[in-house]
Amino acid sequence: MTIPQISVFLENKFGRLNEILSILNKENIHVVAATVADTSDYGILRLITSDQMRAYKLLRANDVSANLNDVFAITSDSSIEKFSETIECFTNAGISIEYMYCFSCNKKAILILRCNAIEAAAEVVKNNGLNFLSEAELSNL
Amino acid sequence: MTNEYWQEEIETMSRPELEKLQTERLKATIKQAQNAPFYKKLFKEKGLSEETITNLEDLKKFPFTTKDDLRSHYPFGFAAVPHKEIVRLHSSSGTTGNPTVVLHTQKDLDTWADQVARCMYMVGARNTDVFQNTSGYGMFTGGLGYQYGAERLGCLTVPAAAGNSKRQIKFIKDFGTSVIHAIPSYATRLAEVFQEEGIDPKKDTNLKIFCIGAEPHSEEQRKRIEKMLGVKAYNSFGMSEMNGPGVAFECKEQNGLHIWEDLVIAEIINPETLEPVEDGEIGELVLTTLCREAMPLIRYRTRDLTCFIKGDCPCGRTHRRIARIQGRSDDMMIVKGVNIFPIQIERILMKFKELGMNYLITIETIGNNDEMLVEVELGDVKIDDYTKLQALTKAITRQLKDEILLTPRVKLVEKGTIPQSEGKAVRVKDLRKLI
Repeated sequence: MTIPQISVFLENKFGRLNEILSILNKENIHVVAATVADTSDYGILRLITSDQMRAYKLLRANDVSANLNDVFAITSDSSIEKFSETIECFTNAGISIEYMYCFSCNKKAILILRCNAIEAAAEVVKNNGLNFLSEAELSNL
Repeated sequence: MTNEYWQEEIETMSRPELEKLQTERLKATIKQAQNAPFYKKLFKEKGLSEETITNLEDLKKFPFTTKDDLRSHYPFGFAAVPHKEIVRLHSSSGTTGNPTVVLHTQKDLDTWADQVARCMYMVGARNTDVFQNTSGYGMFTGGLGYQYGAERLGCLTVPAAAGNSKRQIKFIKDFGTSVIHAIPSYATRLAEVFQEEGIDPKKDTNLKIFCIGAEPHSEEQRKRIEKMLGVKAYNSFGMSEMNGPGVAFECKEQNGLHIWEDLVIAEIINPETLEPVEDGEIGELVLTTLCREAMPLIRYRTRDLTCFIKGDCPCGRTHRRIARIQGRSDDMMIVKGVNIFPIQIERILMKFKELGMNYLITIETIGNNDEMLVEVELGDVKIDDYTKLQALTKAITRQLKDEILLTPRVKLVEKGTIPQSEGKAVRVKDLRKLI
């Protein structure tokens, strides 16, 4: 039910993000979604690509501190009601969201969610009939 | 004319007389040292005794004593008197394994008090002065060492101890403090606080003399302290193994530090070949105590790099001068008066399984303060969370502070980004300007 997300520990250094993305670009791996927050010393780059395993291995082979983490990819239409309802399902079940980011594709909103309790979160997805994407579906977006 | 010397006869003694005194005292010291378990065994093995000494050159027949010797004979292996005669113990500020311990009899403390009084008198302190000591007290010798010296001199002595700058400034104003002992970075800190408080030290206080030491500092830093505070600042050199402050001190000429040769024999050696260097050439300072009862030290390698300054000093003192300390022949760093070895930092970092093997310690002057930055590579761990990284940084900082007694800035960096030289990692970058 979850998909692997690549996390990269990034030093806050000019050009570092570009270096990492060009490794993927050279091998024709597409970036589906990416996020990085601003902090003073370092950041964490979170990536969803067209081929997670290949991207992960490629980054590691280039001495990039990449890791894989399990996250949920939930789809809904782009309305605020639907977004709010989705989050509410987790709140009602007492599950904290550690971080999330969204992007839209073909008029669908895709929500990437990282929770503290993965198994309990999977129950929430199942019980509330939330639509989730598999790794294969995500790669084909 | 007022007397310019605290102990004129000793301070201005002719060189032949001084060397005669040194030879006599050296013989007595070698004899005394054999009461200590460490030297008793060592001298017996090497067939050395006070009989070996016929002139000062004969000292070279004796082996060096190192900090490691002190550590491995912790705590009483260097005691040369029975316990009942020992009245005080000081210990080093740095801790790599066992600390080093220094023992004193009452007579040792008296000699030390006179030694510090001699230094303070030399730079103009008199019994009419109010002396405020901003050193930490306790085991740090800059506290009690200056306290007893200033009292011996007859100053009204304020044991303010370290920290709390606003209170220090209140004391300076209320008590009419004219002489201060401070580590140089704290002297500049005080100047800043004066400014923040809107007090002009030149107009609103009686300050005139700063004794600055226990931390390497540059001529520029001295000038800055003098300018900001409207005082004269004099370089004070010492180390706990040689009592503490007062080993060598600048006179009013501010051109090198007189090393008190009635109390120590100073040699400067090449730390690689262990042979003496020429006057004017930089090497490692090696000291032999001449008046210590409780703990004589023979040819102690201080690891401090300096050189003898050629020529006579216009002040009339015959004791030779050494240049300000130029660095260390080992990897010890002195930051804010605290002795730190990279290995202490390494030991803490290696306790964190989240961290990689490489780290880099950078010391630099930011504003007027020496700051330490510790960069360490993150290991191959599954951390995908800012909160966890922040918690990790905090935990490292806290543990380092407990170990080295000052708070470094800790920065996590990517694996493989710490520069390597010749396959060996560069551990310390000291960007402070000392010369």
